[in-house]
Amino acid sequence: MSGANDPYDPKEVAALSPDVLQAAVEKAREEFGSAADLDALASVKPAHLGDRSPLLQARREIGALPPQARSEAGKRVNEAQALVKAAYEDRLARLKVERDERVLREEGVDVTLPWDRRPRGARHPITTLSERIGDVFVGMGYEIAEGPELEGEWFNFDALNFKKDHPARTMQDTFYAGARDSGLVLRTHTSPVQIRSLVDRDLPVYVVCPGRTFRTDELDTTHTPVFHQVEGLAVDKGLTMAHLKGTLDAFARAIFGDEAHVRLRPSFFPFTEPSAELDVWFTAKKGGPGWVEWGGCGMVNPNVLRACGVDPDVYSGFAFGMGIERTLQFRDGIPDMRDMVEGDVRFTLPFGTEA
Amino acid sequence: MRIPVSWLIQQLELTEDHRDIGATEIAEAFIRVGIEVEDVLPLGPVTGPVVVGRVAQIEELTEFKKPIRYCTVEIGEPEEDGEQPLTTQVVCGATNFVEGDVVVVALPGAVLPGDFAISERKTYGKVSRGMICAADELGLGDDHSGILVLPVDDDVAPGDDAIELLGLTDTVIELAPTADRGYCLSMRGLARELACALDLGFADPAAIDVPAAENRAIAVDLAAEGACSRFAVRRVTGVDPTAPTPWHIRRTLMLAGIRSISLAVDITNFVMLELGQPMHAFDTSRLRGGLTVRHAVAGEKLVTLDGVERTLDPDDIVISDESGPVSLAGVMGGASTEVRDDSTDILLEAAVWDPPSIARAVRRHKLPSEASRRYERVVDPALPPVALERAARLLRQYGEGSIQPGRTDEGTPHAAEPVVMAMDLPDRVAGTRYARGVTAARLQQIGCRVEVGAAEDGTPVVTAYPPSWRADLTQPADLVEEVLRLQGYETIPSVLPTAPAGHGLTLAQRRRRHISRTLAEQGYVEVLPFPFVSPRVWDAFGLDADDVRRRTVAVRNPLEADRDQLATTLLPGLLDTLARNVSRGAKDVALFHIGQVVLPRADAAPMPDVPVAGRPSDEEFAQLAAALPAQPTHVAVVLAGNHQRVGWWGAGEAASWADAVQAARVVAEAAGVELAVSADALAPWHPGRCARLSVGGFPVGHAGELHPKVVEALGLPKRTCAMELDLDLLPVRERKVVPVVSPYPPVLLDVALVVDDEVPVAELTDTLRGGGGELLEELSLFDVFSGSQVGEGKRSLAYSLRLRATDRTLTVEEATAARDAAVAAATERHGATLRG
Repeated sequence: MSGANDPYDPKEVAALSPDVLQAAVEKAREEFGSAADLDALASVKPAHLGDRSPLLQARREIGALPPQARSEAGKRVNEAQALVKAAYEDRLARLKVERDERVLREEGVDVTLPWDRRPRGARHPITTLSERIGDVFVGMGYEIAEGPELEGEWFNFDALNFKKDHPARTMQDTFYAGARDSGLVLRTHTSPVQIRSLVDRDLPVYVVCPGRTFRTDELDTTHTPVFHQVEGLAVDKGLTMAHLKGTLDAFARAIFGDEAHVRLRPSFFPFTEPSAELDVWFTAKKGGPGWVEWGGCGMVNPNVLRACGVDPDVYSGFAFGMGIERTLQFRDGIPDMRDMVEGDVRFTLPFGTEA
Repeated sequence: MRIPVSWLIQQLELTEDHRDIGATEIAEAFIRVGIEVEDVLPLGPVTGPVVVGRVAQIEELTEFKKPIRYCTVEIGEPEEDGEQPLTTQVVCGATNFVEGDVVVVALPGAVLPGDFAISERKTYGKVSRGMICAADELGLGDDHSGILVLPVDDDVAPGDDAIELLGLTDTVIELAPTADRGYCLSMRGLARELACALDLGFADPAAIDVPAAENRAIAVDLAAEGACSRFAVRRVTGVDPTAPTPWHIRRTLMLAGIRSISLAVDITNFVMLELGQPMHAFDTSRLRGGLTVRHAVAGEKLVTLDGVERTLDPDDIVISDESGPVSLAGVMGGASTEVRDDSTDILLEAAVWDPPSIARAVRRHKLPSEASRRYERVVDPALPPVALERAARLLRQYGEGSIQPGRTDEGTPHAAEPVVMAMDLPDRVAGTRYARGVTAARLQQIGCRVEVGAAEDGTPVVTAYPPSWRADLTQPADLVEEVLRLQGYETIPSVLPTAPAGHGLTLAQRRRRHISRTLAEQGYVEVLPFPFVSPRVWDAFGLDADDVRRRTVAVRNPLEADRDQLATTLLPGLLDTLARNVSRGAKDVALFHIGQVVLPRADAAPMPDVPVAGRPSDEEFAQLAAALPAQPTHVAVVLAGNHQRVGWWGAGEAASWADAVQAARVVAEAAGVELAVSADALAPWHPGRCARLSVGGFPVGHAGELHPKVVEALGLPKRTCAMELDLDLLPVRERKVVPVVSPYPPVLLDVALVVDDEVPVAELTDTLRGGGGELLEELSLFDVFSGSQVGEGKRSLAYSLRLRATDRTLTVEEATAARDAAVAAATERHGATLRG
């Protein structure tokens, strides 16, 4: 610190001269600018902005000036100080950006590396398609009904108007279980669930029955002894075959797209009268759009209603059924039905968890 | 049934519109009325010169390995008297013809089916100008047993166009009528259906005059109650046994796939195809005395026409004479009385048998025949005398036989009952309005006699008297079907009904879906194994002799004799599938299955015989239910290999007992129930790594690692793990939780406890949770340590505790007090000590 200047001469306070201040600013700019990183900048900061920096020291000399000169000198120092500070802030900001970029660059990884440490499983497409079909009907107000796979003949045949000697009862189609007089069969269709529904539920009844069924077919590309069906049953006042057709058309559209609709061909089943084979117009059919055999249907035979205690003069109903394996097979173009039953995970995994 | 189009439309009164009807239109018409079309098989194509020839001379060429004939064949009449007939020379390898026979010759330039072009060629040292044809070479059936020799016929001359004569431009339609339409296994029935489908007139081939019988042809005794509703015989004598079968009959049989045998047999088969009445021809001279229809006596034997000796069952129906059975009724005749090449005295038989009896006999003897196929359905009971008359006349016409005036006709066929139906019922069932008169017209069209009247309340009703061949028409619904199908199902509109609002999925259904999805998201792949298992699997599982899982229901007719048991657990099927995947190269496999198992009841009740005339009583339903084994739905998983894969990130993590137990926890979580886990030792699990799973104090299943012996016996990967629980034992309830989310900060504390090895973590954790009280928000085990520091037979279990109050900021003192209470409970109950 200079001593009191008496008589003073401002020109003698060199530290406050514009040239010196300018030089200090230049020096600071140069050193900040050449600081390569934040650490270097921090180390040069005190020399230009610290207590011993030339500008702070110069400020202390202001008191030595005559009062009329102090204002101007103070302004000059302030300006220089601001310039140095700005130079520092600029450089600091710049170096922070550079550092952030570098850190992010260094933390980069190969995002294409796999991370399937615990792979997802899958649900069987038979299950998901059954649920999908169930949902379509639940959306129409139906409920989903279920029943046992090992059934009494009364439910599987008798109540469905199969006469005692109907060919379908023979050993060639039906798995018989238990002792000879046990009356037990592995259900050959899900129709016994319709019987159980009619017996157990209050009228009107609108149910779909998906489930596993059994017939004594050898396993090959288009047959399996254990397969799945979905059947629908509606019993109400005033139900007609037109309603059956309308329901099947809506069902076909839901499963196969807006173009789909059904065609009925007269046929015979013991439990329906009139009966029909059911074809669906399938636009994605191999070789071009066409009819594909889908299932069977008809108006519930009055004998079936009677066996369930429903008055056929008051109530009428319709029923329909189709194989889920078969539906899946032609919908997805699966060439070999054995793939659906063998449980090879390579078949099931691509289906994921929903239909 | 295969039938030529030409034969079908012969009975139709074709209009101008239908004069040129094609096979495709006919097939479509059949489909429209519900007769399934299996195939449409155009004959031929045969083009070019194919003519009738007469074999003039046969030169046997003997220098070859097989017999070869060099034939001179007349293929045209001489243009003027005295000239030589037009001939050609043909080399032929068949020997079933003689000089003078009429044959079919394909001349050079002809093309036979399969693009088989005939040209002049040198063979066996001769020039062959044409080919003498076998039936199959012309596309007529598949008979290649020799060349086709035509019957001599004054109207047929050498050189005539054989394409026209043999009907080679015809089409055969193969039809598969449904089981209820027995009458459609005949030209008569099919032509009627076609007439209905096309709305054309129809001439019934069975509408022939049957003269009244003067007396019986032979004594017949119907001794088998209910087995035979009609039995008729007629005798034709003086039949020329060498008379050939006329071409049109042979052709019809050929196209239907029936072999020509002899005139008499061919005629019975032809009448069967024509009218639908199976018939049999006996050689009367080989019968001994009258005929009896009766059940067979156990052990009785019969050699059938196919030469096989059959041991008869008391349920079989036979026709017998004094010597014993001479025919297995409705199925096949006997060899001893069959018509042979010296038979001149023919007894024609036509009967109507009980369909189930015939069906059982066919199954028993594995002997389906053209006759039994018709008898298993329904044969028109009015037909026997008509068919006899028709066959007898043919035998007279083509075999110069003499029809004997007597006819035996026993039995009283059941007459069809009239069916009364509201006139508008078809409209109401179809959901449309048919034109006036449609119902009556359609019922008349199928052969019903129809009366239109009014019910008591004045509404119009129709009374239909079904024709004899329509025993299937028994209730109004049957008549409705006839009207609807003939009007065409395509005319029924499509109307979506409005069902009442339903309740959506049941809780149990939602739960099952949720469990299935959750297991799949956890890495398990769903499979659907068959429920058939071998009893040996229980041995491989190491089950005790009295283990309840060995108590199975067996399938009486399994596809694989060894796998005849219905599974009582899902594990055999899952483990089979696991092994299959591993054998196909998979290493890390995790599978699940949700399905029913069959558990026989200890007190199984017999199945009651419940009628179907009306709703059974509640008591009868209870009996039906009691006779049915329990079939709970189980969920099971199996896993092997790594449950977390090896990868660039480092080591994988082997699937372990803990994953199997965790799968059960996941199921319980998804089901919204609290699962308790405790140690158990149940086969097929590893006795030290088997967890019993309980809910509400009841055991619901097991999980863990499989016993090493089981793994070895079943050829599974080492350390295969499994879980199975009975889903039906988990209470179904709505998830009801009311979470309280405290806004106050938690206090986190750790505690390490030393306890004896025997103390299960699950119990210690429960104790701590109880001791910590309401303030203990979360408790988690973060370290399990054993070693000399904690002492022999002891473990250190380190927990972190998160404590929080719902109404205030907890002080450290309060939190510490809660922790101390938890530790104190553990000390008291399990002898736990705080680890310093």
